[in-house]
Amino acid sequence: MPDLAGELIRGETVLLKTFFLGVVLGLAAAAAALYAIPVVDQTREASIVKVAPNGGNAETFHINVPMDRIVLSDAGRAGAIPPGLGWPSDEILADVRAELFKIRNARDAVVGVAVRTAATSQENNVIDWVLHLPARGSLFVTMEVAPLKGGFRIGQIASGSREFGPLSGFMTERWISNDSNEEDAPTGRIELLTTYVGRLEPLETEEAVK
Amino acid sequence: MKYVVSLLLGLVVGVALFVAGLFYNPFIADRGLSPLSVTNAEVITLNFANVPAESIAYTNDGESLHAPHPEKILQLWEAPIRSTSALATVMRDARNQVAGIGVKFSSDSESTRLLNGEVIVDSVWYVYLPDHGSLFIEQTENYFPFVREVAFPAWRSSASSWRGAWLGDLTVGPGALGTAAVTGGSGRFKGLRMNGVESMSVRAFSADIGLVSSRGRLIIEMP
Repeated sequence: MPDLAGELIRGETVLLKTFFLGVVLGLAAAAAALYAIPVVDQTREASIVKVAPNGGNAETFHINVPMDRIVLSDAGRAGAIPPGLGWPSDEILADVRAELFKIRNARDAVVGVAVRTAATSQENNVIDWVLHLPARGSLFVTMEVAPLKGGFRIGQIASGSREFGPLSGFMTERWISNDSNEEDAPTGRIELLTTYVGRLEPLETEEAVK
Repeated sequence: MKYVVSLLLGLVVGVALFVAGLFYNPFIADRGLSPLSVTNAEVITLNFANVPAESIAYTNDGESLHAPHPEKILQLWEAPIRSTSALATVMRDARNQVAGIGVKFSSDSESTRLLNGEVIVDSVWYVYLPDHGSLFIEQTENYFPFVREVAFPAWRSSASSWRGAWLGDLTVGPGALGTAAVTGGSGRFKGLRMNGVESMSVRAFSADIGLVSSRGRLIIEMP
């Protein structure tokens, strides 16, 4: 006489064990997947950095105008970009002009975004840039307001984040108009030339002695 | 066959248990009180709208949770900037008066580690206050507490929404005390190095359209 009840219980036990094995495997697989697969993987364009003649490294960015302009505040006037931009009408912001752009590298590939703010007031006039390159970091540049001979402005790198954190240097901005008659060509471009210099740091005492 | 089904069922339950454990892990605690909330130094408080529709302008890749604003704004669809968003907003002082403008660039960070309770965003602020000068704020933000306490419950709810009162600090670095690095650019801030903290106060969130009712706050500690 076969022990049907015993076989049934044995079969259920194996089924239950298989289920719990699946639970353990599921836990392990989820943990391994989270550990091994990056949640965020930023796309990187290779940096095009040159050695500057008088020291430091130089990198050029540019902005094709108008196609790379994201926002142009125009303090209540008609030329604001994009249409429908609700720039505040408060008096305190009447002389502030902010522009947001996409920025491109020397190969004309978009590599980041930037904001340029120009403001005039009785006490001080300001032209500031912040360049944000997602895979690398950001640069904060305060420009001299008066343009130099040749139609460009120069400014100091006041601060930087991540890759640009330990660097100082300067940046120039220059408007280059496009004289070609090509259809859909930009009206011109803003050229930004950055020159990075590493900050000097004191050597450790033992290294200095050696 | 029944063993394969049982194994697959176990796998699904295992993954679900892992996800639940991740969000209800008692060992992943909030940071608590901001170091700047107990400082004796002078602080500047700036409040701003962080709901895209209430801001001056907001853009991203056009496929994320929050819709760009205004509708015709250029989107950040190119591969190197696809994980980045840009927000331009009015900054208000502690008396709710317009004090200036702020522009924030935020990018998803590769240092995100869900296993450690870290949903990291690298962000920078440019703030211009006409009466005071300009500021550059560099920070690392952790959105895990927000995801765990607001976004996940909203996603789980049958109405795909969350209502309540959530207030939390987002800044976790790069300062040793979990503060942002602030650099003065012009005016009375010129040349100053300061600390800052960004916090967010949420009242309503939708899993379909993102923030519905929310305010942001920046606190800058003067040296």
